[in-house]
Amino acid sequence: MNQAMRQDRPIDKPLSIAGKTYRSRLLVGSGKYRDLDQTRAATEAAEADIITVAIRRVNIGQDPNAPNLLDAVPPSRYTILPNTAGCYTAQDAVYTLQLARELLGGHTLVKLEVLGDERTLFPNMPETLRAAETLVRDGFDVMVYCSDDPIQAKMLEEIGCVAVMPLASLIGSGMGILNPWNLSLIIEQAKVPVLVDAGVGTASDAALAMELGCDGVLMNSAIALAQDPVRMARAMRLAVEAGREAYLAGRMARRFAASPSSPMAGRV
Amino acid sequence: MPGTDIDIELNGAAHALPDGASLHDLVASLGLAGQALALAVNRSVVPRERWAATTLAPRDKVDVVRAIGGG
Repeated sequence: MNQAMRQDRPIDKPLSIAGKTYRSRLLVGSGKYRDLDQTRAATEAAEADIITVAIRRVNIGQDPNAPNLLDAVPPSRYTILPNTAGCYTAQDAVYTLQLARELLGGHTLVKLEVLGDERTLFPNMPETLRAAETLVRDGFDVMVYCSDDPIQAKMLEEIGCVAVMPLASLIGSGMGILNPWNLSLIIEQAKVPVLVDAGVGTASDAALAMELGCDGVLMNSAIALAQDPVRMARAMRLAVEAGREAYLAGRMARRFAASPSSPMAGRV
Repeated sequence: MPGTDIDIELNGAAHALPDGASLHDLVASLGLAGQALALAVNRSVVPRERWAATTLAPRDKVDVVRAIGGG
């Protein structure tokens, strides 16, 4: 891209979450990669600023000199977002994030997810609301994985969550956005950032999320499980940017009718 | 009595350590000194600066956690 084209780009406000701004609207997970080297390379190709990590017990007896995730994606370069993956109760989610806050030197930006069952990994919304209340009261900045139910999303916002993250479809399913209408309802009413989280499968899914007006997209499997994760990370970066530009550009209206692009007058 | 071991639960498994040992001692004995970790005793997080001053008691449940790849 040449300099002239870059200067023509309209200014977009950066993504702002809990009073902090981020250049990238693409957030990534760190799971399911072949190894830490691939994790690092894909995250760099995505040009993500925020990366989620899971909190797990240390394997006692394992080699203490084994490479560490935070060496591959260092906190000095990325905003590390601890999640509560694998938590099925509010109590476990709160405990996990208290440990995470200590682990990350007091950082309060967290991703909350409380799952309902192992088969669908669908969020347990009552438990999620309970956990969110406790965490917000305890001073955390909570980005919350939730169903695409506009009422639940509004409740989470009213509790004080700093971002709502409705699923596009099931975690790890790659099915893309199943209900763009619900997503639009959530975006319409939200006063906090809305990020699609879960179910993104390929670039067009990410672009669609941004075209609908999302503030960002969080994905893990879509990149890590691609045939070429680094290439897909690049595709996703472009998709999020393209979708955002299309949203800001204001799309043409849809009509169930044709409208020629060439004038009729002067035909031979 | 000095010299006897006590039994705690460490990351869900039984673990013996000397009576009077602190969290700091525990971490050192596991070869984990200097690693990025968080610790809790009986589901209560103990900040690093309090590890040396936190003595473990029999049947204490200790969690030692780190960050790993996840979505």
